[in-house]
Amino acid sequence: MSSNIVAILYLISALLFIFALRGLSHPESSRMGNIFGIIGMIIAVFTTLMFKSVLSYYEIGAAILIGGAIGSFIALRIEMTALPQLVAAFHSLVGLAAVFVAAAAFYDPVAFSIGKVGSIKTASLVEMSIGTFIGAITFSGSVLAFGKLQGTISGKPIVFKFQHLINALIFLLIIILIILFVINQSPTIFWTIVIVSILLGFLVVIPIGGADMPVVVSMLNSYSGWAACGIGFTLSNNLLIITGALVGASGAILSYIMSKGMNRSIINVVLGGFGGEQDTSASKDNSDKIVKQGNAEDAAYIMKNADSVIIVPGYGMAVAQAQHALREMGDILKKEGIDVRYAIHPVAGRMPGHMNVLLAEANVPYEEVLELDEINHDFPMTEVSFVIGANDVTNPAAKTDESSPIFGMPILDVEKSQSVLFVKRSMATGYSGVDNELFYRDNTTMLFGDAKKMCEDIVKSLSA
Amino acid sequence: MEAHSSEVFVIGLTVFFLACIIGYYVVWSVTPALHSPLMGVTNAISSVIIVGAILAAGPQGFDTSKIFGLIGVVLASVNIFGGFLVTYRMLSMFKKKTKKTKEKE
Repeated sequence: MSSNIVAILYLISALLFIFALRGLSHPESSRMGNIFGIIGMIIAVFTTLMFKSVLSYYEIGAAILIGGAIGSFIALRIEMTALPQLVAAFHSLVGLAAVFVAAAAFYDPVAFSIGKVGSIKTASLVEMSIGTFIGAITFSGSVLAFGKLQGTISGKPIVFKFQHLINALIFLLIIILIILFVINQSPTIFWTIVIVSILLGFLVVIPIGGADMPVVVSMLNSYSGWAACGIGFTLSNNLLIITGALVGASGAILSYIMSKGMNRSIINVVLGGFGGEQDTSASKDNSDKIVKQGNAEDAAYIMKNADSVIIVPGYGMAVAQAQHALREMGDILKKEGIDVRYAIHPVAGRMPGHMNVLLAEANVPYEEVLELDEINHDFPMTEVSFVIGANDVTNPAAKTDESSPIFGMPILDVEKSQSVLFVKRSMATGYSGVDNELFYRDNTTMLFGDAKKMCEDIVKSLSA
Repeated sequence: MEAHSSEVFVIGLTVFFLACIIGYYVVWSVTPALHSPLMGVTNAISSVIIVGAILAAGPQGFDTSKIFGLIGVVLASVNIFGGFLVTYRMLSMFKKKTKKTKEKE
């Protein structure tokens, strides 16, 4: 095939990838978008297989089958609540693949027409080492993020002295290694870059707490794109450059949206050390305040007599797998003629859009699921807010208490509704460690217990 | 690829910046409800890196580079199939208000 035809086919593939992302602007067009993406990928793979230098079809076919089987198996079996860790795991593979491709290009530069062993073009060496560096960081950072999300590693931020200084020094070391590598093209230095970058990836993610994971996952998404870009430059392949840039931009925007949802700069999140899991000491000065406690029957009674209910789900709903029971509850309320809607905070859950997927899984129509700025002005006209597994995102202290660590964070104004029901496991604070004054208000009823169990009990009381 | 190498780099850089700008506008148009599927799709398409892995695995015979290439193909394939499938699963759940089917867990 002439190089022009190859270039055109790659261009078509890149355009299809752009349409794939564009399709996600609406749920109705999104499925078509996914199909565009698949077609784009098929074109890219087959075009490459037609290259004159590509001869070992059996080995490549076998490799695709093995990888495809593993990927399909995992994707079909995974629980929707485990999505964040799955995405993290997938990011790590992109990073690792980038490292292997860079290594392959280094050991056999002729196959990529970037020079000969020992005399690879300088520009290619620089691009190759940057691709390797980003790929390796993506790999180890994602592995650690996976561990934190899966719970194999504590979600608590691990902070130690001189952390940032050490990271900066390691980064400097990598730059020096890259310069050395470009000068003498030694395999030893290449692998040293890989190992040191892997180390840096771990160190970068280690101080970041569990609930900051939406930002980390988005950031790693972005890195995996930049890694593909780096490889694209090495191979002078526009398709890789375009796709890498699309993915890089996408991850960067998601990180920005997530940090804004917490009123923190990306830098602040990356530097880490903020919050841990909810095991912080119970409220100190609030021990004398009275909390109104209720049970499922009370909740059922309150909601049955309301005419509008807004449900605010959070990570706790995902942990308890309560989405199906919750939807059932919503259905019964709707049958009673009550207006039921769902309000999603941008950082609810452990990855962008996490809550939306779980509610969709439970067959909640997407028209009933609204974003913060779409629904926030409706709370004053709402009778009951049903908060399930969320805490910090409803805390009015974010608006009133300047000394609070969450001050300035946009919140869902549940306090403006006539009454608030809080489904929570205990009185523990949210991940920010801040006490929520809402718990002590007269119009708040606390429903202690497992989120799923509570919804099931409410359903029972409602249908009784 | 016969062009002068600095020229190739500049073309690459041009493509890169234009693609970043397209990415910026396209991603902002994505509805927040679909941010999880967005990650699924971007994850799948970033595995287009398989193109490089196939080139490395292409030549006959076995050497270091080919083995690296084949590993790259396996890793990228996991992502491509996994990424598109999991996105498909997510998207097929986003339904309109229609008759609800009871679902068993």
